[in-house]
Amino acid sequence: MGRLNWDALPFYSWVAFTGALVTVGGGLLVVALILYKGWTRKLWTDWLTTVDHKKIGIMYIVLAMVMLLRGFIDALMMRAQQAIAMGNEGYLPPEHFDQIFSSHGTIMIFFMAMPFLTGLINYVMPLQIGARDVAFPFLNAVSFFMTAAGAVLMLLSLVIGVFSTAGWTGYPPYSGAQYSPGVGVDYWIWSVMISGIGTTLSGVNFVTTIMTQRAPGMRLMQMPMFVWTALCSSILMVFAFPALTVVTMMLALDRTFGFHFFTNAAGGNQMQYANLFWMWGHPEVYILILPAFGVFSEVVSVFSSKRLFGYVSMVWATMAIAVLSFTVWLHHFFTMGSSANVNAAFGIATMIIAIPTGVKVFDWLFTMYRGRIRITSPMLWTMGFMVTFGIGGMTGVLLAIPAADYVMHNTTFLVAHFHNMLVPGALFGFFAGYMYWFPKAFGFQLSEVWGKRAFWFWFTGFYCAFMPLYALGFMGMSRRMEHYDVATWQPYLIFACFGAVLVLLGIICLGIQLWVSVRDRVALADTTGDPWDGRTLEWATSSPPPEYNFAHIPDVSDLDAFYEMKQTARTAPAPYEDIHLPASSVYAPLMGVAAAIFGFAVIWWIWWLAALSLAALVALTIARNVTGEPHVTIHAAEVAKIEGART
Amino acid sequence: MSSAMTPEAQPITAPHTSAHLEDRARTEQMGYWLYLMSDAILFVALFATYAVLHANSAGGPEASDIFEFSRTALNSALLLTSTLVLGFSGIGFAKGNKGAGFGWLAAAFALGALFVGLEVQEFAALVAQGASPQTSGFLSAYFALVATHGLHVTVGLIWMLTYVALLLYEGPTRRVLANGNRLAAFWHMIGIVWIGIYSVVYLPGILQ
Amino acid sequence: MSASHTSPTANPQSPTYTGYLTGYVLAAVLSVIPFGAVMLGGLSTHAVMVIIGLTALIQAAVQLKYFLHIDFKHSPKENLFALAFAVVLVVLMIGGSLWIVSDLNARMMPAMGANMEMPQEL
Repeated sequence: MGRLNWDALPFYSWVAFTGALVTVGGGLLVVALILYKGWTRKLWTDWLTTVDHKKIGIMYIVLAMVMLLRGFIDALMMRAQQAIAMGNEGYLPPEHFDQIFSSHGTIMIFFMAMPFLTGLINYVMPLQIGARDVAFPFLNAVSFFMTAAGAVLMLLSLVIGVFSTAGWTGYPPYSGAQYSPGVGVDYWIWSVMISGIGTTLSGVNFVTTIMTQRAPGMRLMQMPMFVWTALCSSILMVFAFPALTVVTMMLALDRTFGFHFFTNAAGGNQMQYANLFWMWGHPEVYILILPAFGVFSEVVSVFSSKRLFGYVSMVWATMAIAVLSFTVWLHHFFTMGSSANVNAAFGIATMIIAIPTGVKVFDWLFTMYRGRIRITSPMLWTMGFMVTFGIGGMTGVLLAIPAADYVMHNTTFLVAHFHNMLVPGALFGFFAGYMYWFPKAFGFQLSEVWGKRAFWFWFTGFYCAFMPLYALGFMGMSRRMEHYDVATWQPYLIFACFGAVLVLLGIICLGIQLWVSVRDRVALADTTGDPWDGRTLEWATSSPPPEYNFAHIPDVSDLDAFYEMKQTARTAPAPYEDIHLPASSVYAPLMGVAAAIFGFAVIWWIWWLAALSLAALVALTIARNVTGEPHVTIHAAEVAKIEGART
Repeated sequence: MSSAMTPEAQPITAPHTSAHLEDRARTEQMGYWLYLMSDAILFVALFATYAVLHANSAGGPEASDIFEFSRTALNSALLLTSTLVLGFSGIGFAKGNKGAGFGWLAAAFALGALFVGLEVQEFAALVAQGASPQTSGFLSAYFALVATHGLHVTVGLIWMLTYVALLLYEGPTRRVLANGNRLAAFWHMIGIVWIGIYSVVYLPGILQ
Repeated sequence: MSASHTSPTANPQSPTYTGYLTGYVLAAVLSVIPFGAVMLGGLSTHAVMVIIGLTALIQAAVQLKYFLHIDFKHSPKENLFALAFAVVLVVLMIGGSLWIVSDLNARMMPAMGANMEMPQEL
């Protein structure tokens, strides 16, 4: 069994053991619940084998929520450790603390933010362009199961073996075989690589969908803003993710087969790792942020009851950001020691990218200006974002000055900065989208009261947790410190821990919100399909939408297509026709299982299993290719029945 | 309220009409082309790494010690000719000439298989003379780049076999021919990457 | 049924044997030139490198046109756009890497040129 033996079980620390117990226990509890309720068949036929973009989108978001919980527990443990560990060891041993910050970053980027945004795009984008599904529904399911396979490996590292201690960026030479000999870095490599391949395929799928599946009449410049940001984000997925695949593969070759890409000896070059990693890594930041910008644009326009201000400038700003995101990667390693010319060029490019972002902020503000604003929970997340993101942007421009970066690099100032970008710039956007589109997906609204409570806890918690880190950065505190001896830091760190507790309350509010809303789903029901007085096409169909989305593909002639439809008189519907949809398929979940086993086998050097699972993966791909795409037909009479039930 | 929600009517086109098939073909072309571009970026990252590491021979064999002119020329000729005859095969099938289609396809497969065989032999010889990927950063980068290309050629060969199986099983239907065209595009793309490999790796290496 | 409709870069003109042969001959000539320049010698290394680079770029364009049927008039605009973006990234990623790393090498190890062996004293 390769290097797998009984020592892999987490008996090295009681905290790790508890983590493993919670993971296994949680998993068993879910399985027990499914068996008890007799949901096995339903789960398999309705969900796991589905190729419906709406269900895949929901599965992505469920995955994101579960991983958010895991990633947040990591965060809370780190804050607690740093609040305690002044002049003592704290409660976490160093090698465990290092695993926690590594898994926190990896989870939040790859297994929380990425599935969340992919889920939102999956659910909403085809509805907004008036399509029946994405361009390649089966491929969509494969992408999901690749991401899920990565997440499974990630969770497995908690139970069997250890996770990486090399941070979410996995810089060599520390992450090389010489300094990190165990399986930790391998878990990181393979979970990230497998999910990354899924993301690349999602990108291909979304770009093709947006370019070819739009409703008749919808020109590019009539696409809702969320579709535009989904497009640019997906283009970045297609073109940036290969660099991550290559760089993680090279690190794997270094570690497993003794290659010398990034080693100290034999002509390796560690800086090529940083170089390739951030060639992917910087566009990745915009992959995360752009879809959230799209959500904010939709929300701000609907709840200000106005057309989005400066739509054209918003589109160009989005595209400019997408292209410029490939020109700034060196700012992540200014301190590598390049000459002034190189650092200045990348510093200036970094500052330039703030310009289109500023354009967007002003567009949102002017949309609100003189609008009839409804302060709903999605709107609160949006306004909270605008204030907070502005601050994060300014600290970013500060860091873009190479000389200043030399002072701040690797301090908690940097930690505060990127959390200040990604928490409001991505997560707040995803929450806004979650609360905004939830009634569309499930036919009832989420409790506004608990949504607003969640927002206020997150918002204040964020400030309490991260503003002290800015100050600590100036005071010289390095990031990722397991313990320290500077007494003046401790009050700040205790305050930051208090902030994390506030965020915990925010997360609890999100849970209560879901619970309360499901309980009161009859009272909160959305019968119109349009609970917010929406402006775009997803609100034109029922909530939840039928499997085929639209009985008649809408004809679009305006930017706010649905708003325009509501203003003009209704025309008598043409007779319904048979609708053809792709049939569900068992191949995608099987491929996900094969991919997860392959990753596990390679991590533990179980080569026979790796060969077997790889062969299975190839065989499944070929088999699917040969059998083609089966379809199911929903007959016109059935469509008429479903549509009749709406009124 | 909800009665006003029905969007303006626009009957959809049932599948299997020619307009629908045209649309579907366009969608598949585009998706496939995007995949090819993504794959190209994969090679870009490998080329960038080779460019950075090519001089880091760490006291081991250098480029001029191990690259052979005639072998490179032969490989280039094989791959280019294979690309040509695979194109011929596609025209054959499109014109309904199965004999030409299968004949040229077999030729393309043979040339591609010969290419892979020669490359495996080259790698084996390199390792035998102490120029393995574990020797230096330069050789790691060289093997990664050239072997990734070779792996693509191998995938193309396997794909050719499944394509033949599809042709025999289903005949040259629209769907199968589309599969063949994607295969051809993949093969042509690999050919273009090879131009990069001999221009960046082999010829400059021999020159020094 | 015309095969061109299902090629990844649809072109209303069906590919022809002549088209492929033209591409093949051009590509072969553009390969023979750099191989010949290396084999015959006589030119400066710099000049040969320029020849290799130029013929490679032209040959890539030739193969895109004759084998992949890329055509500014007939190929879908989106596909051309994707290709253009990929070309931009080729320049950015390879050019950027070389610029960054050569600059770094020059600053860190002036005596050792591009060789990345670390001096023992550091």
